[in-house]
Amino acid sequence: MPTDAPASSSQPKRAAATPVAVLVDKMLAGDRGAASRLMTIVENRQVGYRETMRLIAPRTGRAHAIGVTGPPGAGKSTLVNELVKHYRADSKTVGVVAVDPTSALSGGALLGDRIRMLGFYQDSGVFVRSMASRGQLGGLATATVDVARIMDAFGHDIIIIETVGVGQDEISIAGLADTTLLIEVPGMGDDVQALKAGVLEIADVLVINKADREGADRLANHIKTTMRLIPHAEGTWVPPIVKTIAADGTGVKELAEAISKHRAFLIEKGLFEKERRARLKDEILERARDLLLKRIMRNLDESGKLEQVLDELMSHNSDAATAAHALVDGIS
Amino acid sequence: MVAETPSGTHTEEDAQPGSDAGRKIRVLIAKPGLDGHDRGAKIIARALRDAGMEVIYTGLHQTPEMIAEAALQEDVDAVGLSILSGAHMALFPRIVGEMRKRGLDDVLIYAGGIIPDDDIPAIKEMGVAGVFGPGTPMSEAVKFVRENVTPRHSGEEE
Repeated sequence: MPTDAPASSSQPKRAAATPVAVLVDKMLAGDRGAASRLMTIVENRQVGYRETMRLIAPRTGRAHAIGVTGPPGAGKSTLVNELVKHYRADSKTVGVVAVDPTSALSGGALLGDRIRMLGFYQDSGVFVRSMASRGQLGGLATATVDVARIMDAFGHDIIIIETVGVGQDEISIAGLADTTLLIEVPGMGDDVQALKAGVLEIADVLVINKADREGADRLANHIKTTMRLIPHAEGTWVPPIVKTIAADGTGVKELAEAISKHRAFLIEKGLFEKERRARLKDEILERARDLLLKRIMRNLDESGKLEQVLDELMSHNSDAATAAHALVDGIS
Repeated sequence: MVAETPSGTHTEEDAQPGSDAGRKIRVLIAKPGLDGHDRGAKIIARALRDAGMEVIYTGLHQTPEMIAEAALQEDVDAVGLSILSGAHMALFPRIVGEMRKRGLDDVLIYAGGIIPDDDIPAIKEMGVAGVFGPGTPMSEAVKFVRENVTPRHSGEEE
């Protein structure tokens, strides 16, 4: 390897030129750099990403995936850090995928979740990867779950996926994880604010963080009341409410217990595989939709059909519904 | 099709099949050692973000091992070291060493902060590709990163 930086394009590349099969072998032998490079390939949908996913598939499915969502400032990263500590004390290896938003203006992102998870840099049992949301339509969920699968294949027992809880993101996170945690904090405006838009329905465990703050009990009661309004059929999981103070670790043990209980419940009731199957169904349908859309758009770009149909519309010789059909007809 | 932000991605001539156009440049901004002033680091982090890059900021008081390990796990293209404490001659070789130990030979390392001119040749010798002192225009620092990261050739796949 040349040692004088910066590298010019004629220099040999570290792993960019390495076939993914080699990277996968290296990763399975414990090479963290190879795992990291595979995450990049998969996140960017670079050439080799499908081969990567195919090669690691037999190694996946072992880890328990925990999704963590909640409003900005709820203490998600701090709580994740505490959970990692807890699992490490229990000799479990942990992978963390932390998603922060991409700036809509510049397309750039400032990824700061790592700040709260610095204590594990000498611990090879922990791998933290930051991801930007990149504003992809639905693409974030699939890219995130693919990165989580690399961690799974790499051998992590627990995978924590942390996403910022705004808009519909928290709904799609439920599609990523075996157990979804919803983190709320007291005193963030109207209590109802945090609970609307169906977010409660996706939670397997409700966490009230910063529980030493005023209003924590009121929020807990409010959530309980709201939960009662959500129909829970006999024999289904009723999400427990766990109070935590992530800053000092209070309640983290109880939170980890609630997560284990949820997992045990799913397995006992035969729901674990069933839910994974349902999530996989959603995922492949979403991927198929994306694929179709891309192909249709590419076809339109190349054929010039869009402009042609638009001309007809503008001259009132066609209507929008007919035009849409005309666009899609003949594309397979 | 997907709107690109050309500024944060690779250059136009890369925008061909088999290139890595569209891939976001990822940069780790790190504060090694004991100084507690990170305004400069935060400003450069924002400038890189505003230029369309993905910036991982890890906060104050980073050891060389922490910086190298973060660079590895985040698979960054560049590491920017912000240092005001005067300990650069001691810390930079250790950081470069930890990076090399992890096989991160192709990651661009550059530095900003209070670094005497006399030290710059030795720092560059260590493998730190660029040194930016106070008053450097943000655009210059951004341009340096964009032009000096190692390209990774691979196109997108459906």
